[in-house]
Amino acid sequence: MSKKIADAFQNGKAFIPFITAGDPSIEKTKEFILTMEKAGADLIEIGIPFSDPIAEGVVIQEADLRSLEAGTTTDTVFDMVADLRKETDMPLVFMTYLNIVFYYGYERFFTRCEEVGISGIIIPDMPYEEKGECADIAARHGVEVISMIAPTSEERIRTIAGEASGFIYVVSSMGVTGVRSEITTNLGSILGHIREVTDVPAAIGFGINTPEQAKEMASIADGVIVGSAIVKLAAKYGEGAAPYIYSYVKSMKDAIR
Amino acid sequence: MTNTKGRFGEFGGQYVPETLMNELIHLEEAYNHYKNDPEFVAELDSLMKNYAGRPSRLYYAEKMTRDLGGARIYLKREDLNHTGAHKINNCLGQVLLAKKMGKTRVIAETGAGQHGVATATVAALLGMECEVFMGELDCQRQKLNVYRMELLGAKVHHVKSGSMVLKDAVNEAMREWAGRVDDTHYVLGSCMGPHPFPTIVRDFQSVISKEAREQILEKEGRLPDVVMACVGGGSNAIGAFYNFIPDKGVRLIGCEAAGRGVDTGETAATMAVGKLGVFHGMKSLFCQNDYGQIDKVYSISAGLDYPGIGPEHAYLKSIGRADYVPITDEEAVDAFEYLSRTEGIIPAVESAHAVAYARKLAPTMDKDQIIIICLSGRGDKDVASIAKYRGVDIDE
Repeated sequence: MSKKIADAFQNGKAFIPFITAGDPSIEKTKEFILTMEKAGADLIEIGIPFSDPIAEGVVIQEADLRSLEAGTTTDTVFDMVADLRKETDMPLVFMTYLNIVFYYGYERFFTRCEEVGISGIIIPDMPYEEKGECADIAARHGVEVISMIAPTSEERIRTIAGEASGFIYVVSSMGVTGVRSEITTNLGSILGHIREVTDVPAAIGFGINTPEQAKEMASIADGVIVGSAIVKLAAKYGEGAAPYIYSYVKSMKDAIR
Repeated sequence: MTNTKGRFGEFGGQYVPETLMNELIHLEEAYNHYKNDPEFVAELDSLMKNYAGRPSRLYYAEKMTRDLGGARIYLKREDLNHTGAHKINNCLGQVLLAKKMGKTRVIAETGAGQHGVATATVAALLGMECEVFMGELDCQRQKLNVYRMELLGAKVHHVKSGSMVLKDAVNEAMREWAGRVDDTHYVLGSCMGPHPFPTIVRDFQSVISKEAREQILEKEGRLPDVVMACVGGGSNAIGAFYNFIPDKGVRLIGCEAAGRGVDTGETAATMAVGKLGVFHGMKSLFCQNDYGQIDKVYSISAGLDYPGIGPEHAYLKSIGRADYVPITDEEAVDAFEYLSRTEGIIPAVESAHAVAYARKLAPTMDKDQIIIICLSGRGDKDVASIAKYRGVDIDE
């Protein structure tokens, strides 16, 4: 039995790295995930690539396209996770776009998630209003649909947080994913509103790159999510990226311990 | 249970990142307010009349009718609007709405460049900053329109991500909007995307069928048997269909771009080959592969090579109220040349898809029957690329 999302928040502040599955290859993704676990990652987001990821900046867009070009499919990602489960019980979640899940078939998709031990899913183009698409089916298979809260959410924060489970993904900045030198959103106030309605852990993502930023974010939230900075390392070093990913993830986890 | 807001049957909805949700809610509220505000309505009417040149003519194409030997053919001349296409109807409405909402900047996607030009035009008129996203391949196909937009004061972003065509331009415009909603409105150019866009665009374009219905009743004393229009996202078609939807005797036909043929893999005929999916904020039909990855689509027409279709069209098809037919590049180019020679009207290559189907259908109909073709745009922008298609290299 693999670990659940809640377990990821039992080890101090959680460090949550993201990796695009299949870039540069599905075998390497498996290696990178195990590497990140060793480096101290508490929960890993596995991106199932989509041809048109509208919430992503250029780094993850390009990784998605490279991965699809290399032949990654929803099935090869599931197979990789099944294989991974022989070596780790760490909590894993998927991040992908609704069409990928819809097209695979909600029942079939979440049945597979349950079989391979995926405990949550982030679907950036399924806002609160459209959760009815698959939240019930996911829940029946023990998969938590992660709610996102953005700088523009305002009065929606309480509604969204009130129904959240697993963890809450707090989007640090306007726009798309990608490294930012500065985060200007009043995150303290957003976290404050969340805390008024729920104890579900909240992690901040989008734009976080340096250990300093991670430390600052961890001081107000329960976890920190980093995607583009890691995907960039995979892009830059390709097959040989594991040691670079290891030291980066370790430096980030150390910064928020 | 799914969200019932902005649904046409099972199609439509609001599948966007949380960052954009409040903005969509504000937009819907503002639109519902201003569409009933007498001052807004009067201002828009005045712009439509005095600036865009409405109402557009309903022209009896006598030579074409005689030549085809069947139904009487009328052309709804949206090509005569200012900027040369129906796109101005939606842009006047949305940019005026954006201004009322206190926005100072508009962004838009464009395929052929017609919507970008129309947005840049209205932005110039109403004193708004304007940035247009256009796929790099489309920029190359439609250089004149790129220059036109710049001439009108807009900044044109050449989109080099993905397949570098219309869908990628929409992706980029959505990304840009998610980064800056406070002062910026996204003028979506077709009856697609998340609610409330499909409804807003349809309402602003429905002036086409409102006028056409009155005009045909005046000229012929009866409703038409067929109304047809080209469809990419479907804005001129939904505008041409809308006020005829309750008239059950009027057949509605959308003509989509088959490219080199629906079985060739080089097509943009979403109704023919697309499957149900969720993309660009809506549930609708999309050209996609076996894992839900959006396909690259192809058509000679930069305005029709979109892998999806507006949700209201998907709905009209699902209930059998409208039919959709594929038209190949070759048929469209033939029709482009045919209308130029026969009536002295050079149609946009997009609109030529509808003309092409009329050439097939009219001869099978009786002489007392009536077809209205929505001639959505003029073809000046296409002359160079049609020449190239025919092997003539002319300098733009």
